[in-house]
Amino acid sequence: MSVTTTTRETTGARATVSILERFGYRLQRLPLHLVIAIFVAIWIVPTLGLIINSFRSVSDMSNAGWWTVLFPPHGFSLASYQQVLETENVATSIVNSVLITLPATVIQLAIATMGAYAFAWMKFPGKDLFFIVIVGLMIVPIQMTLIPVLQIFKVTGLAGTFIAVWLAHSGYGLPFEVFLLRNYLGGLPREIFESAEVDGAGHAVRFLRIAVPMTIPAIASLTIFVFLGVWNDLLVSLTFLGSSPNRPFTVVITQLVTSLGGGWQFLTAAAVLQMSLPLAVFIFLQRYFVRGITSGSVKG
Amino acid sequence: MDQIITAVIAIVGVPLVLLGYIIFGEQIIERLPDSLQGWIRPYFWALPAIGFAGIFMVYPLIRTVILSFRNNADTRWVAWDNYVYFFTFPDTLTSLRNSLLWLVFYTFFSVFLGLVIAILLDRVRYESLAKIAIFLPVPISAVAASIIWKFMFDYQAPGSPQTGTLNALVGAFGQQPVPWLVNSATNNPALIFVGIWSITGFCMVIISASLKAISTEVLEAARIDGANEFQIVQLIVTPLLWPTITVVGTTMIVNALKIFDIPYVMTSGAYDTDVIATQMFRQLATSHNARAAAVGVVLFLAIVPLLVVNIRRFQQQEEQR
Repeated sequence: MSVTTTTRETTGARATVSILERFGYRLQRLPLHLVIAIFVAIWIVPTLGLIINSFRSVSDMSNAGWWTVLFPPHGFSLASYQQVLETENVATSIVNSVLITLPATVIQLAIATMGAYAFAWMKFPGKDLFFIVIVGLMIVPIQMTLIPVLQIFKVTGLAGTFIAVWLAHSGYGLPFEVFLLRNYLGGLPREIFESAEVDGAGHAVRFLRIAVPMTIPAIASLTIFVFLGVWNDLLVSLTFLGSSPNRPFTVVITQLVTSLGGGWQFLTAAAVLQMSLPLAVFIFLQRYFVRGITSGSVKG
Repeated sequence: MDQIITAVIAIVGVPLVLLGYIIFGEQIIERLPDSLQGWIRPYFWALPAIGFAGIFMVYPLIRTVILSFRNNADTRWVAWDNYVYFFTFPDTLTSLRNSLLWLVFYTFFSVFLGLVIAILLDRVRYESLAKIAIFLPVPISAVAASIIWKFMFDYQAPGSPQTGTLNALVGAFGQQPVPWLVNSATNNPALIFVGIWSITGFCMVIISASLKAISTEVLEAARIDGANEFQIVQLIVTPLLWPTITVVGTTMIVNALKIFDIPYVMTSGAYDTDVIATQMFRQLATSHNARAAAVGVVLFLAIVPLLVVNIRRFQQQEEQR
């Protein structure tokens, strides 16, 4: 009897202490949560403000900040979106962006996978040197190449066409992709390839039936990355398609921003349209997205 | 309509052409004598990739270096004239200065904030949700980010309602609005901040991945020995993360030197905000090809040390494979 009472008392005392402790612990951690809250606010509020503003009329936007919408009368409107889509070149440029991005992504990944296979599973003179050049090319600024490539396109008559940007994007993207895929392909178990060889499978079969299917996770991450890189690109398209009717959305938005002195506010809607695809991709394919980043940057 | 057809043909056609190239090429190669096969096959496979890299990167690189020593029409040698122009003309010198500012502040703060946020978020339960918030600007294009921040930095004359978020805040504290993007004391820091804002999530994700790999036992042992959280971060976590921090740091240096979109969209390089890349594009757009080439070479030379570092690191990794 007495034993149980003592125990109960002790637990009671302990519970009081632990509540106090927990409270103290919480209080101690308050600054931590506060600092995090500030960071999160700085990183989220600007985008949120833009999205809110895009659903207001231009006159509202230039008379009061986005935060006034939080209180009635809210005054939401789709006028900016309508105005943007009616602006010359905008609607076509969105289609152009799709027509540039999809083929550019497919072309470079197809070529990169094939090249990566050679670098991972074949021996040839000059292989190491070639690969070191590729590693070096990964960080060469594309500014270094713009003028001669522009001249190549002028001579071949490709200047201003989709083909020009497909090829240019592929050329600029390949070094990184070959590097990444070669590391991934090289990590596949040697035995699989050897036993396939013993069974009489040639390189074409080994590549198409073994290497490519086993590399799908890496290719998937890379596809998202390359796709968004091309979709978001400004410099390459500005240089090779700057005044062509084939220019993509990013170029048209930029040209509108720089040409409109005032009254550019309706471009909020354009920015929201432009970033909605990357944001959707990020939100729905988060895992692949983050995996792509971490595997690309810290390898080994 | 024609363009859509061309695009579909490219999407379907390119893999098909490559498939045909592989299958028929291999059939031909397999008929060759064994000794010849070993020679030809690897080049056959690597040819498309090497060809692209050669045409779009290696050849243009060499060509740009040559052009930087030629006159604009590419008809005669002018020795160092284009470089002399670059290093004496006030506008280009401003762009050089700004690129240095980007190099120092963008690199430092994006890595530093990435590290700090990764460490802070490691200690709370809502980590993954907060990470999404910090990472959100990464997939957003620099063009969209520039418009986002054009609104944040928006400036109206004093007295009229401030629609820019920052100037409204400044006003709430009873201060005069600041023309952030025009004022030469604030515009470069403002642009660099937009760059940092866009990339911190990227640094955070990579650093956080390495942080998770540090064994909790090490940290627990330190705590039992009486180390406080600041000591743990300073003396244990940061040194263990150092290899990752240097990798992220070099990537950020390259980014900083190449930065183009943000200054181009937000200010078009006006009010002394030009950087090397926008300066180069301006020379190119005004048909000063040779000068543009020289600017490109300067940019390239700035990156060469990092290129060497990257290749060394690659070679070390290869030895460990």
